[in-house]
Amino acid sequence: MNIVVLVKQVPDTESPRKLKSEDSTLDRAAADGVINELDEYAIEEGLRIKEAHGGEVTVVTLGPGKATESIRKALAMGADKAVHVLDDALAGSDALQTSYAIAQVLGRTGFDLVILGSESTDARTGVLAAMLAERLGVPQVSLANKVEIEGSSIKAQRITDYGFDRVEATLPAVVSVVEKINEPRYPSFKGIMAAKKKPVETLGVADAGIDAGQVGLANAATAVVDFAEAPPRAQGQIVSDEGDGGTKIADFLAAKKFV
Amino acid sequence: MAEILVLVDHVDGEVKKVTLELLTLANRLGEASAVWVGAGYDGAKDKLAEYGAQKVYVGADEELASYVVAPKAALLAQLVQEKSPAAVLVAATGEGKEVAGRLAVKIGSGVLTDVVDVADGFVAEHSIFGGGTIAHAKVTTGTPVIAVRPNAVAAEAAPATPAEEQVTVALSDTDKGTKIVEKVVQEKGERPDLTEAAIVVSGGRGVGGAENFKIIEGLADSLGAAVGASRAATDAGWYPHQFQVGQTGKTVSPQLYIAVGISGAIQHRAGMQTSKTIIAINKDSEAPIFELVDFGVVGDLFQVAPQLTEEITKRK
Repeated sequence: MNIVVLVKQVPDTESPRKLKSEDSTLDRAAADGVINELDEYAIEEGLRIKEAHGGEVTVVTLGPGKATESIRKALAMGADKAVHVLDDALAGSDALQTSYAIAQVLGRTGFDLVILGSESTDARTGVLAAMLAERLGVPQVSLANKVEIEGSSIKAQRITDYGFDRVEATLPAVVSVVEKINEPRYPSFKGIMAAKKKPVETLGVADAGIDAGQVGLANAATAVVDFAEAPPRAQGQIVSDEGDGGTKIADFLAAKKFV
Repeated sequence: MAEILVLVDHVDGEVKKVTLELLTLANRLGEASAVWVGAGYDGAKDKLAEYGAQKVYVGADEELASYVVAPKAALLAQLVQEKSPAAVLVAATGEGKEVAGRLAVKIGSGVLTDVVDVADGFVAEHSIFGGGTIAHAKVTTGTPVIAVRPNAVAAEAAPATPAEEQVTVALSDTDKGTKIVEKVVQEKGERPDLTEAAIVVSGGRGVGGAENFKIIEGLADSLGAAVGASRAATDAGWYPHQFQVGQTGKTVSPQLYIAVGISGAIQHRAGMQTSKTIIAINKDSEAPIFELVDFGVVGDLFQVAPQLTEEITKRK
């Protein structure tokens, strides 16, 4: 089975995240980069499916040079190879363009399954799986917290606001996973060493079949108008419990008309 | 006035509060047209009229609700083509955002998600990086597709007499790619939905075990609130993952958020920082959650929370 896992390098939530004043894009230099947390669940799911059904796991990422750190992590976990589209032309692309670019790369790699995290911790748009399924004309098996594959059929539990849906589709398909679908493995020392020898293909947009005129900040379908730091919350009153802490909160709630 | 499409979010005919918020917002920007997909419209029509739907497009064919997301996007794409609305609004729920994504690809438009307000000219406000930055953005290509967070706008009743128009759409094989074979509605009792609730009470590591979550539930029930949990609590298996508030869980923005035994790691704050009023109970006076609070008590939650529940019940 040809399994492609999409990986994104994002700014570490623990480090300062901000936009750049000159073009309102993410300041990637200001923060440490880490692999997007939900992508680790996607990689783990890809590896488990490979272990059960055979095949190969290819990691695909779009991003700057630093993104190789995330690729190495995915390879150390056990993915077989990677494709890294590294091109300044991609900088500032919005979701619509990113889905176009990734769909072009997937056209080149081919796939039975495309697996990705249901959202990234930086932009948090949560639209990519749906956009890719639409562009590729394949089933959308998204927001899954359980996936089963049998032959060419795929069954999943799709989480919803009211509970979950049991869904069914036929491969090839796009699958997005939520946290707790599995327990991502830690790369072993052997895995880390092996990762250094695994093939990583680095492509520019033209090599990847991406039209540079359809990606990048200048061609985006959305634009940031302005941004500012949110005003800090004024710290309120903090009291130590002297046996009446609950009553004091109740008084506060009453003053605010919550009770 | 320009027509604005609002996709109705409903569970088996029960309209979600966020839809009423979107109708209010749409009427502020233009004229709200509700788009209904699936069964149960008859039971919902009064509610949509009460909150100002000027028009309702009814896609009643149950087949539209039998497949994941794509049929809704197909129906909206057809309406965008036929009616040329000024914008399309959907709820920024997991599913709503996916509808927005597919629709954007179908009609070649830009899409904005997790929006907390929309101003004239469809300039959308976002609260990003866990509430640390406020950004304004707009769609520069095509019909704006905007996913708005629940609780971002207050719903206001504005009775209207909507015209109804039945809509049919021919689904392609791709639209029917993923079949919904069973819909499982999990029992949550009388409690409101986490993302829509006006009050949320969340428990974290300090709660110490699954059995102790009844303290959190008791407090929540005294306030008519939803129950949330921090990642530490869901990782430990004390409370189901679907109630997780935080960066990799749900984002909530209630009128009142009560954090019980939650230290306030960035992961958690990213999901609740935009709550209007925040209260915390934590035994550690250094816990970062106290940086956010309007009122905080440093103390043992096993003493403070039950006392609070009792006081609230007494004062009702």
